[in-house]
Amino acid sequence: MEMVSGRPKTLLPVPTHYCPGCGHGVIHRLVAEVIDDLGIREKTVVVAPVGCAVLLYNYFDVDAYEAAHGRAPAIATGCKRVHPELVVFTYQGDGDFAAIGTAEAVHVAARGEKITTIFVNNAIYGMTGGQMAPTTLLGQKTTTTTGGRASETAGFPIRMSEMIATLPGAAYVARVSVSSPKNVVQAKRAVRKAFETQIKGLGYSLVEFLSQCPTNWHMTPVESTRWVEEKMVPYYPLGEFKVPKEE
Amino acid sequence: MTEKKFMAGNEAIAEAAVQAGCRCYFGYPITPQNEIGEYMSWRLPQVGGCFIQAESEVAAIYMVFGAAGAGARVMTSSSSPGISLMQEGISYIAAAELPCVIVNMMRAGPGLGGIQPSQSDYFQATKGGGHGDYHLLVLAPHTAQEAVNITMLAFDLADKYRNPVMILGDGNMGQMMEPVEFGPPKKPSVAKKEWIITGAKGRPRNIIKTLFLDPVILEKRNLAMGAKLREAARNEVRFEPYMIEDADIVIAAYGTVARITKTAIKILREKGLKVGLLRPISLYPFPYQAFAQTAERVKNILVVEMSLGQMVEDVKLAVCGKSQVHFYCRVGGMVPSYDEIVAEVEKIAKEAK
Repeated sequence: MEMVSGRPKTLLPVPTHYCPGCGHGVIHRLVAEVIDDLGIREKTVVVAPVGCAVLLYNYFDVDAYEAAHGRAPAIATGCKRVHPELVVFTYQGDGDFAAIGTAEAVHVAARGEKITTIFVNNAIYGMTGGQMAPTTLLGQKTTTTTGGRASETAGFPIRMSEMIATLPGAAYVARVSVSSPKNVVQAKRAVRKAFETQIKGLGYSLVEFLSQCPTNWHMTPVESTRWVEEKMVPYYPLGEFKVPKEE
Repeated sequence: MTEKKFMAGNEAIAEAAVQAGCRCYFGYPITPQNEIGEYMSWRLPQVGGCFIQAESEVAAIYMVFGAAGAGARVMTSSSSPGISLMQEGISYIAAAELPCVIVNMMRAGPGLGGIQPSQSDYFQATKGGGHGDYHLLVLAPHTAQEAVNITMLAFDLADKYRNPVMILGDGNMGQMMEPVEFGPPKKPSVAKKEWIITGAKGRPRNIIKTLFLDPVILEKRNLAMGAKLREAARNEVRFEPYMIEDADIVIAAYGTVARITKTAIKILREKGLKVGLLRPISLYPFPYQAFAQTAERVKNILVVEMSLGQMVEDVKLAVCGKSQVHFYCRVGGMVPSYDEIVAEVEKIAKEAK
């Protein structure tokens, strides 16, 4: 019998702590499949964030660091400079990458550090119970914007991919989603390109995932994927913002 | 014998680090220690190492975290305000038990303060600094040559205890030029590190982390940290007793102030006053026992610091009321002169009669 589908080798056979309908499970799997496909599990290093994905080293069978909030790109930099032969990626949420760690996020790209960031944007702080994220949409209700995010008091949501793509050190930047099977297939392609960009030594690579948080959005999983497509995608358009010059 | 070189303290520390096997340096410019980063920026590439001028001290200390976790000998340096910014990362580094060396060339605070020498970060350096139960091992040189020796020692101690080590100097020491020698080149004896991040090839994955949600496990880790620090306290106390055998008055001072004190003692001895110096070299672990023994015999101890009174608390703790502890300080970037120390000792001697 030929095995046509199964758990990626890079993912450990353990249940995760993620809520039903959360995007992290699919995103973990896509990253793990790419690591399997490229045959790089034994030389891959992940830097975990603070936030819902802090325990991701319990699921990925690779060497791992756990960072302080927002500092993953700096840790990845230290590791990569010591071991340039390794494939190093950070996995960060919107609070991590777009608020507390913005300086590290911008400068890892500015340096053209040969690492990859998987940036999960679900427009809310999940781990701490649903506060406003830097990427929370205008009008979106959270526990710290109970009347909906108003720009007068809470500013505007940040488009990180567009911002990072302006930096010469960033070689590959794409925004994807896991809201439909088609988008999942495209997302995996982007993750693969990002890792290949790093392996070829072309510069920094970033894949921003629009992801759903049914728990803190107070929606069913199906409603939340619809919300990604109807509310998030118009503000955060999907697509590649930068591809390596050689392509 | 090796050749003597004329170097500023900052450069001497940088070269000593390279000779101790340091191959990574991450830092952010701040006066008065910029020469360390500047030296590393051209010196490390010569030996296949890595220098990054980070976007902030916060990023720099986490680059240290990453490189130490990857098994490299790594150093950062800064001065007081920058070291404050690093405190978050230092707490994480201590929690993850990552060996590294951190140089603090203290300047006057609080806040932006000034750029002149100070010793006002003693509490921060020796009592924790960041959140949680941990200590740095803290070494305080008083000459450029001692800074060289201590830098080399610092890397070995960091590896031995898997603990961050701080070299606590001040702006004066960093800038002053002196002849130094580095000794014959030796291959650093770096311990084999099974726990580092190298890619999980042919072994189970390694994880470097500081989150332990189960308090039973975290308590065990904290207690193990306590045991480790107690072992360091048993093995790594360092101090210099200077003319204390016959002394009636003993001065306690470290770093630049200790050096000035030696001049003051020479003058006081010429005046017929028997004065000595007990100079802590390791500020953590602090030489409590040496001070306790001194207090058995000496009635008056004068602590001189460039702070409002920080190390003096440890001296009082050590002597436990057996000696009278006096205190003299200059702050805000002012350095006490030897004649001020002479006058202070003469005052104590007069009162003691």
